[in-house]
Amino acid sequence: MKKLKASFPHLGSYHAPLEVFFTAGFGVDYIVPPPITKRTLEIGSRYSPDYVCAPFKYHLGNFIETIEAGANTLVQSSGVCRLGYYGELHEQILQDLGYKVHFVNLAKYKAPKPINFYNGFKEIKPDMSLTKIAQIFPVVLKMFEHIDEVEDFIRQNVGFESTIGSFDKVHADFLSDLRMIRKKKELNNTYRNYMKRFKEISVKKPNNPLRVGIIGEYYTIMEPFSNHYIEKELAQMGIIVDRWLNVSNTLLHYPKKEMKKHIEDYVKYPMGATSIPTIDRALDYAKKGYDGIIHVKSFGCTPEIDTIPVLQNISNDYKIPILYFSFDTQTSETGFTTRLEAFYDMIVMRKEAKK
Amino acid sequence: MNVVIRKAGLYTMKIGIPRALLYYKYKHLWEFFFDELDIEYIVSPETNNEIVRKGTTYAIDESCLSSKIYLGHVEWLINKCDYILVPRISDYGSGGTVCTKFQAIYDVVSNTFRDRNIKLLYYNIDPKAADFEMIAFLKMGKFLGKSKSRSLYAYLIAKQMQKCAQLKEIDEQKQRLSENKTKILLIAHRYNICDKYIGEPIITFLRELGTVPILGDIASKREALAKSIEISETLPWTFNKELVGSIPLYKDKVDGIILMSAFPCGPDSLVNDIVIRRVKDIPILSLMLDEHEGSAGIQTRLESFVDIIRLKKGDFNEKT
Repeated sequence: MKKLKASFPHLGSYHAPLEVFFTAGFGVDYIVPPPITKRTLEIGSRYSPDYVCAPFKYHLGNFIETIEAGANTLVQSSGVCRLGYYGELHEQILQDLGYKVHFVNLAKYKAPKPINFYNGFKEIKPDMSLTKIAQIFPVVLKMFEHIDEVEDFIRQNVGFESTIGSFDKVHADFLSDLRMIRKKKELNNTYRNYMKRFKEISVKKPNNPLRVGIIGEYYTIMEPFSNHYIEKELAQMGIIVDRWLNVSNTLLHYPKKEMKKHIEDYVKYPMGATSIPTIDRALDYAKKGYDGIIHVKSFGCTPEIDTIPVLQNISNDYKIPILYFSFDTQTSETGFTTRLEAFYDMIVMRKEAKK
Repeated sequence: MNVVIRKAGLYTMKIGIPRALLYYKYKHLWEFFFDELDIEYIVSPETNNEIVRKGTTYAIDESCLSSKIYLGHVEWLINKCDYILVPRISDYGSGGTVCTKFQAIYDVVSNTFRDRNIKLLYYNIDPKAADFEMIAFLKMGKFLGKSKSRSLYAYLIAKQMQKCAQLKEIDEQKQRLSENKTKILLIAHRYNICDKYIGEPIITFLRELGTVPILGDIASKREALAKSIEISETLPWTFNKELVGSIPLYKDKVDGIILMSAFPCGPDSLVNDIVIRRVKDIPILSLMLDEHEGSAGIQTRLESFVDIIRLKKGDFNEKT
């Protein structure tokens, strides 16, 4: 039998734990999709329906490029919005393009019950060993958490590093070291070492720096290429960036009840997908007196569009500026930076006026 | 203007019903429910340019045309009634889920019109929280000050009336299917195809071309839901399942299919592509409508589509 070479679309830096999960858990090769470039988006949009949301196009581009890189088993997740139907159409498009790959669509096993996970995993590799998966699973989960903790720290500090690029370098080393880890102990050591290295990087923070919170749609907020590296841009302006939305906060410790309670003055029901954290975080940043909020989403993302009237009300009530970005495949770099710079100028002036 | 106002004796409370989105699906259920409870109600008029303009002003730019129109209707009802009916649907349990628009619409309306001081009459269907349709209607009855037994009676009557109306529709469609003319299956959400602004011009024009429009949404829902598996296995949205399932039901009896969507409908963006890729042996036209669309462009496309079908059938002279 041909060796299985599995792959999953990119999402931020999470390819490291996924690689560990597939290689150690299933005993298959894992092909990390080539880094997202203009070409990824181009081929992705060429074969996608015109007005589908951008993450669909990125995923398709990832799939095609990863097939070119040798993958033969593609995995697509399920989801609560359009994401829940991505898989079937991706599979159909790839098939129509003539690619002969094994496509595992986890949306077929949508109810989040252990037995469904089991069936889904079984489709990836029928003779998998449950023991191996059970051994590696807690390590992988912990790895997600550590990546998120590290990135939270970076977002708070990277804008003030003395030598540009020092955080990025250590971050890249951290991710490549994670790929080798198989045991919880190793993981703890690596995490501790790297946290130390991150804290040793010299930063010059002013007394009262600008703080901006980022909220929005799941994919666009987490995949830097799709949001034009907005966090990096903000950091270079000397802004502390806060972002709550990541895999460990949403999938592992999702405080849905507390959040619903927190926002009950504004909304009565969940509005779908990431709408609850979007509104909850906006309200929290507003209450804490942040200098501004940036809302990012892909064009046409219905749940996030529906949060905008609520965000506008929060913005009015707490007098906090909110900048709305909607990214699609045609978003111009110039338009993006112009709006971001204007926003920056505005929050700087507001801050000075407050003094 | 076609505004329905029902008078009912002593009660002064008046409910406003926006003629958009779920109205077209639950028209009979709502109207008979309120009738049975002796509650006065007013339905906003057929969509006109003014309603579209207002809706577009209030809605977020990127929202779909259907939901923009909905906000236009809500706006029209403000100050014309005591409560505006804005129900919320989470999902239909095993029947599938709905576009997140229906999960959000209650809060979208209440946040958009927060400063206008509107009062909303609502119900929530959420099988996971044991909020089934009947319970939701009983709660609504209680809110309106009606006894449980009376609300239950009203709900059951209304439900029965809705069923009758559906059966009648299916019967009428059966007759249209037996006509000896070019028949075109319209796969479109009912709130689009029945809307005066979005869908009606298309139906009228298809009739002018001498064809018989067949609505995919008029079909036995149970059969359609079951049949949808033939085309798509993991389709999550109930409304789309029902529509897609009508394709296997009607395909052999019609000459062409039109997929009609409102820009930029989320579910349709994926489902239409699946249908085009999987339904091969019949001509398909995909139409996307937005508020800037002129009718000339659409008419040209419809005309050429019908011409192609007739050319294919070999009777190019079949015009009435």
